[in-house]
Amino acid sequence: MEQTLELLSLSPPGWGANLLRGLAASIQIALGAFGFGLIIGFFGAMGKLYGSPWVRDLLEVYTTVVRAVPELVLILILYYVGTDILNNIAGAMGRGPVEINGIAAGIWVLGIVQGAYSTEILRGAIRAIPPGQTEAARAYGMPRALMARRVTIPAMTAFAIPGLANLWLIATKDTALLAVVGFSELTLETRQAAQTTRAYFTFFLAAGFLYLMVTLFSGVIFARIEKWARRGQPSHRGG
Amino acid sequence: MMRAMLIPRRLIMLGLFAAFVVWCAVSMDWSWLPRYAPLALDGLWVTIWLLVVTIVLGFMLAVPLGLAQAIGPWYLAVPARVFCTVIRGTPLLLQIWLLYYGLGSLFPQFPWIRESELWPYLRQAWPYAVLSLTLSYAGYEGEVLRGAFASVQKGQIEAARAFGMPRHKIFFRIWLPQAIRSALPTLGGETILQLKATPLVATITIVELYAVAGRVRQDTFIIYEPLLLLAAAYLVIAGIITLGFRWIEGRGPRMSR
Repeated sequence: MEQTLELLSLSPPGWGANLLRGLAASIQIALGAFGFGLIIGFFGAMGKLYGSPWVRDLLEVYTTVVRAVPELVLILILYYVGTDILNNIAGAMGRGPVEINGIAAGIWVLGIVQGAYSTEILRGAIRAIPPGQTEAARAYGMPRALMARRVTIPAMTAFAIPGLANLWLIATKDTALLAVVGFSELTLETRQAAQTTRAYFTFFLAAGFLYLMVTLFSGVIFARIEKWARRGQPSHRGG
Repeated sequence: MMRAMLIPRRLIMLGLFAAFVVWCAVSMDWSWLPRYAPLALDGLWVTIWLLVVTIVLGFMLAVPLGLAQAIGPWYLAVPARVFCTVIRGTPLLLQIWLLYYGLGSLFPQFPWIRESELWPYLRQAWPYAVLSLTLSYAGYEGEVLRGAFASVQKGQIEAARAFGMPRHKIFFRIWLPQAIRSALPTLGGETILQLKATPLVATITIVELYAVAGRVRQDTFIIYEPLLLLAAAYLVIAGIITLGFRWIEGRGPRMSR
């Protein structure tokens, strides 16, 4: 027991600080990817609902492919494509190969994966808005941007939150996949600590505990957000 | 389905896609393919074997998990719920590594395990891969089946009981089939998620489809070709799963809801 605590302590013979640093990197990547995914998802949903037939078909290809191919494969493809593009740009500008920031690369690859799921969730949420609300806005002559800001986004939030909460949890768990391509986030830091000290159970259980805390804490936050987003809506429970 | 593809716009898109495939075939480097094809077929077989075995085992484990949460007494419901929460709340990669490295470093410490007849298997990677993928599928599916069991209408069970059916017969004839039917669309999605989870076991030295692509990349420094082929292979498998579930869903009487 004492040995375990020593291994997990924050100051150097212990590896606690490494785990926490990994956790911070994981959360940063997850937040960035979730946000990037939301932006893609919003435009994707708009494109799928109101875009021209070409746009709709192309988005359909995007969401289908991303949701059918394993994240690990997509991460590798996007990682190599991203570095190739950056290096080509740098080469054209007459500079040498670029050093890729792990967190930015993680956000880029996971964000594109998240975007496909976001697109579907937001599309469903926008379609769940009672049509009378958007029709009323249009009848008042609201410009499209104003209508999106004042009517569509606030009205769809309540419908989108359960799906987005799920997606956020997927984002936090998918950051672990970046360990396979060598980004030092929580899972990779844990593996390094475990391999150095040979205390596999201690460290993997500790990391599992950290992930679980993130999950449970996020559950509480999203429940609050959902309650806030549903304010003013009639409750099915009565009262 | 066929008619939907014959709109001019889609024909153009199909043409562009065909042109892309031809471009890939002609101008990319496929010289490694004949040499690695047997390995890739073995990898494909391992992927499908893992998928089928873990789904069957995981589903068998998920039924009691779902049932315990839906109607079980608290001393069964609470552990089942905790199990599902832990599995769903932590990354699968971490679970795989915990089982493989953790148990793998624990077992050799016990002489009686090393002397047992299971030891030759416990030294290999695949029991850990099967175990972790099975537990993961059971965790996600247990949650789905909890809702499915609860959604079967009470009148159905009461009618069966009024006919004097014994309890296990009620379960296997009335309750389970209806729960599975209402869970089928979700099951299809979860099965594709399970397919997408199989490459993770490549990290514990199992040579399945993804690992073969990794080996090609390491041996030949060719990056995009094996990855593209890999993505295409997963797309095809996912498509077959989707069609299979659509076929199963289309059979049998429709739910009147």
